[in-house]
Amino acid sequence: MSTDKRLVKKTSLDKLFDSIKQQGKTIFAPKLKNGKVNYEQVERFSDIATDYIQTTQSAKVVAFPRTEKILDYTKSKEGIAVVEIDLQSISEVVIWGVRPCDAAGFLPLSAIFNWDTKDIIYNTRLEKTTLIGFSCNKCDESCFCTSVAGNPGGTEGSDMMLTQLGDNGDYLAEIITEKGKTIVDKNPDLFETAGEIDKQKYLADVPVKFNQTEIKDKLANFFENEIWLQQSLRCIGCGACASVCPTCACFDIQDEEHGKRGSRVRCWDNCGLSIFTLHTSGHNPREYQSQRWRQRILHKFSYMPERLSVYGCSGCGRCSRACPVDMNIIEHLTAIQEA
Amino acid sequence: MSEFEPKVVAFVCNWCTYAGADLTGTSRIKYATNVRIVRFPCTGRIDYMLLMKSFAEGVDGIIVSGCHPNDCHYTSGNFQARRRWIVFRNLCDFMGIDIRRIQFSWVSAAEGAKWADVVNTTVTTIRELGPYTDYKKVANYFEKEVSHG
Amino acid sequence: MDELKKRAKELLETGAVKVVIGYEQGTGNKTRAAFIQKPEEVSRLIFDSRCVLNLAVYLNKPEVKQIGKPAIVAPIPVLRAIIQLASENQFTDDNLLILGITPESKFVEFNKLADVETYLDQHLIEIEARDKEILEKLDKMSVEERWNFWVEELSPCFKCYACRAACPMCYCHRCTVEMNQPQWISVPSHQLGNIEWHFMRAMHLAGRCVDCNACANACPIAIPLNLLTKKTLEEIKVSFGGYKPTLTGGHIMSTFKPNDKENFIR
Repeated sequence: MSTDKRLVKKTSLDKLFDSIKQQGKTIFAPKLKNGKVNYEQVERFSDIATDYIQTTQSAKVVAFPRTEKILDYTKSKEGIAVVEIDLQSISEVVIWGVRPCDAAGFLPLSAIFNWDTKDIIYNTRLEKTTLIGFSCNKCDESCFCTSVAGNPGGTEGSDMMLTQLGDNGDYLAEIITEKGKTIVDKNPDLFETAGEIDKQKYLADVPVKFNQTEIKDKLANFFENEIWLQQSLRCIGCGACASVCPTCACFDIQDEEHGKRGSRVRCWDNCGLSIFTLHTSGHNPREYQSQRWRQRILHKFSYMPERLSVYGCSGCGRCSRACPVDMNIIEHLTAIQEA
Repeated sequence: MSEFEPKVVAFVCNWCTYAGADLTGTSRIKYATNVRIVRFPCTGRIDYMLLMKSFAEGVDGIIVSGCHPNDCHYTSGNFQARRRWIVFRNLCDFMGIDIRRIQFSWVSAAEGAKWADVVNTTVTTIRELGPYTDYKKVANYFEKEVSHG
Repeated sequence: MDELKKRAKELLETGAVKVVIGYEQGTGNKTRAAFIQKPEEVSRLIFDSRCVLNLAVYLNKPEVKQIGKPAIVAPIPVLRAIIQLASENQFTDDNLLILGITPESKFVEFNKLADVETYLDQHLIEIEARDKEILEKLDKMSVEERWNFWVEELSPCFKCYACRAACPMCYCHRCTVEMNQPQWISVPSHQLGNIEWHFMRAMHLAGRCVDCNACANACPIAIPLNLLTKKTLEEIKVSFGGYKPTLTGGHIMSTFKPNDKENFIR
């Protein structure tokens, strides 16, 4: 469908929120806590944080939660009785205030979860999720969406994209998908007709830092290079970058057992941790942090574009912001390009 | 609440309290049946994570007991344990874990009557406090199928 | 600072050390660890109030060890961590040079670990007034309120283990959270597992934590988890006369006094 453009008055934004809420949907939106903004379940419009560049964690938590039950089991003499997760019980969710890079992050994520076996749970969660994006009118030194084929007003992945027309201005609403259209249909009064509006001038200016195609080509013959060690010398090997990343999809399957009953859960894993590749024998094929760092970069900028035709990075810059030792991904990628 | 039967687990050392509890039995002293005894070589071996796990698995109260100071079979296991308990108990309290539900005691192999008393008073205390619902609520994460970011 | 740079340059030129671990300017207003291996690169070194990362964390990193003997830029928290680590046999005088920085940002070189220990006698660990206030506030709460406070604070933890990675004292090759026979702490992140993890972390750091706040600074979602270790520091002061890192004399939690006082054991 062609993008339908409407105008939402700044004063109507809370009405739109309330209306979605009244339809019984769970709304996740950026909320301020301990000085950090993160997606949380929000009950009131006034609880939503407004002054922020980017949330600490990505919106992937909605379709790929950090911990989710896959099945319950009970062991008995007769055998093992398994009750799988009821897909019907997954609730309809709206993510309010998704940035374009966050919404775009769902594309590589979906590519991974549908690579071979279609991940029913992930797909169902995503199907039941509506993304209401807010384009960016400011950015910081960690942002680089324009270097990975995104842009601060990009509509890819979002169901509806709102762009504020100047400080304190009204919002241009771009209706991108059927899900977005449903919201308009339920609230026709709030969406006025918009004239010709060029949203470009209201968007943040995110400079292009590197060329990802060039980097991809370079990485093809870059496995044995001293740059990995140089760059990762200060990396302390935590999983902050992968945990906040909108496209990191590695997970672990764990049985949480209590006597004869238990649950099988899926939870996030992190390639930065040394235990990620540790074998039972004690051998670790990625023994050093430099090898783990190399894996992280190669996976996102070489393996994924090669195998899934999509880069594993949407340029949100969360990893750089969350890193306790200032591993700046722009700097490192630029260095790789120039190497 | 009248239906509530406290579930209490006792972590005891092999040499003193376990023998003391045995004496309670052979002396035919009656005491509350709410306690499940787990025997350890020494109080020094009783890892605090065992206590945390007990609460997570649904006990309402915990008894930790071993040899009196200077009576340890291994000379100093109970002294080491005591230091750990001091810090452990303080940290529990700071994190809001109800330390009234954890009873530490020294019960020697000769103190069969004291063991009965320790168990009885602990069970009475727990009965008054009721089930440890705060911890159970958190431990029962199966109720919620997802934890989002 | 010039003195420090001069000395660092000398050390690299003479080959006395192979690498100087210090701080340098990072992204925006951040600072980061620098691993200076060439004399001409010492100009990158900086030091100011933003340099809060505890560099001692790198002393146990295999790749850093492989470079060769290091000199480390060490403000007070790093000095404390070095002594604690040395007391845990992580290194000796022979494999480390210490470029100390006083609270007044003056350079002071230490030739021996014992000198550092003596120096630290003038700089005992004091919990900052701001943190003391928070601890007192929490102490005044009811047990239920404290429980709710911690459930609320720790629930968002997604177990990235940045706190563990940033802590110089967390150098175990295999951490308790990674043990699965038995599984002490759940791998997935949920309320119970998070509480157990942070409780366990604080217990394992009791009597070893040098109060550098690296854990809390590292947390991507700013959980005030250093309050837990601060609380153990307070308790150790009350019950065992306080903690200071020492090369000899054993550790708080692996030693005892027959007359240790308590009032809760029946």
